[in-house]
Amino acid sequence: MNILVFVKRVPDTESKIKISQETNSIVEEGLNFVLSPYDEYAMEEALRIRESKGGKVVAVAVGRDESLVILKKCLAMGADEAVLVKDPLPESYDGLRTARIIARLVQAKFPDAKLLLFGKQSVGADNSQVPSMVAEFLGIGQANVVVKLEVEGETATALREVEGAQEKVSLTFPAVVSAQKGLNEPRYETLKGIMMARKKEIPIVTIEELGLKPDELASRVAIVRMDLPPSRQAGRVVTGPPEETARQLADYLHNEAKVI
Amino acid sequence: MILTYIETRDNKIKKASLEALSEAGRMARELKTEATAVVVGTGKDGLATELSSYGASKIYLLENAALDQYSTQDYAAALADLVKKSSPSAVFFSATSMGKDLSPRLAARLGVGAASDCTQVAAKDGQLEFTRPIFAGKALLTFRLTSSPQVVSLRPNVFPLAPAAAAGETIKEGVEVPASPAGARVTEILQERGGEMDVTEADIVISGGRGMKGPENFRLLQEISELIPRSAVGASRSAVDSGWIGHQHQVGQTGKTVSPNLYLAFGISGAIQHLAGMSSSKVIVAVNKDPDASIFKLADFGVVGDLFQVIPPLKEELKKLRC
Repeated sequence: MNILVFVKRVPDTESKIKISQETNSIVEEGLNFVLSPYDEYAMEEALRIRESKGGKVVAVAVGRDESLVILKKCLAMGADEAVLVKDPLPESYDGLRTARIIARLVQAKFPDAKLLLFGKQSVGADNSQVPSMVAEFLGIGQANVVVKLEVEGETATALREVEGAQEKVSLTFPAVVSAQKGLNEPRYETLKGIMMARKKEIPIVTIEELGLKPDELASRVAIVRMDLPPSRQAGRVVTGPPEETARQLADYLHNEAKVI
Repeated sequence: MILTYIETRDNKIKKASLEALSEAGRMARELKTEATAVVVGTGKDGLATELSSYGASKIYLLENAALDQYSTQDYAAALADLVKKSSPSAVFFSATSMGKDLSPRLAARLGVGAASDCTQVAAKDGQLEFTRPIFAGKALLTFRLTSSPQVVSLRPNVFPLAPAAAAGETIKEGVEVPASPAGARVTEILQERGGEMDVTEADIVISGGRGMKGPENFRLLQEISELIPRSAVGASRSAVDSGWIGHQHQVGQTGKTVSPNLYLAFGISGAIQHLAGMSSSKVIVAVNKDPDASIFKLADFGVVGDLFQVIPPLKEELKKLRC
């Protein structure tokens, strides 16, 4: 079974975000970039399916040359191949544009892919748009925010997390699945994997090659501004015997904040 | 016209959908247009009265028994057909699990961009302007969509309910569902024990971190939650990664972002990725042994003390308030 895993390079979750007001973008300098955490679950799931069912795992990133680093990591984890779709545009926060590029890539280069795995969202843009949009463009089924996936021949059963419950989704391949924390425990790269990854070439596909029209590549998101959230002030802090602080706390919640 | 997609569970309207409808009403008044609502599935006639009391001038019922069980593909197709017939300028969703799953699929079907998980919407020069948290709330992005109709999802628990009388004319639209089975179909819903409330929907979130010291102590937070209606138990990443509680309870950058009326943090030091997920809560209270814990820098009320000693008397106080 041929599996595609779509991955993105993002600042790690410990990052402090700074904003450049001139360019309405985040300041990348000094940030530590990693493979988006949810994409790691997608990658791990692909490798596990290949190990039990056979097939091939291809990691795909859309972005600038810097994304080669995370593709190398995917190869080191065990991906058979990696592809970079070179997109010179900085982060546009527009899922539609990325989804069009990915859907066209799948049609042009991987028409036999059975399973398209994503993270449930990229850490940063936090849009949760691309998996559903790709599924629509390709006219195939989807299961998002998946915590369990069982593949059986041409079908799969996914458990998808919803508020206070799980939905069991029956999928027919080809299909899109997006991974949630809890799906698996991603493996670390092995030294052998890292050495093998070094030797592997990562082919580059250009946007032009995919033959997308200028209108299809135009961002639908027109950024007005970017701000830091309003900072909160530290409030009152109490110490003392627990009975006393508990009473003060209850009094605050009931009479002052009026939330209980 | 602004059309709001109404989500139901067990034939009841989700509160988050009423929030989205309320905001649609507000924007419709500013843009001098009307707010309408759409419900999918059969047997939903009875919901029209409630929807009109939240400002829906028309209620579209997309009736077909094949749509009684959720399927992203079939729902997106049915909604896209209604959009083509009724030409709304915007379609509002609540950014619930279903809203996040369905709204981008509808946007792609219409070939338009989507604004996801917005926390603010404004009408400027006759156009909608959206603000949404990025990096789990470490920054805010304000933008417009250059395509139309605008597909928008609104974060639950952020937009206030606004009852407003409206005509509430019911319009039944027949929908065709393709005979061939969709590539994905929900076959079963597995409830968590007692169908407990999700942290993203709760009015009050009671969270525990590393200071809880072990899985058995989360029972203490559960007991507090049982004393407070519409509350849920949350957790920090370190508590989840230690296996003390399920990841669906995790609040923060690789968990859920919440905006409850009250966030109670027990034994949570306040790592940056955790603060990102809860700093938009209306009131924050922290209980921690360490007076230098970062969480105190943004807590409205802090108790420096041992949570295991503070919780028992706090429970007694809460019981008193309940009577």
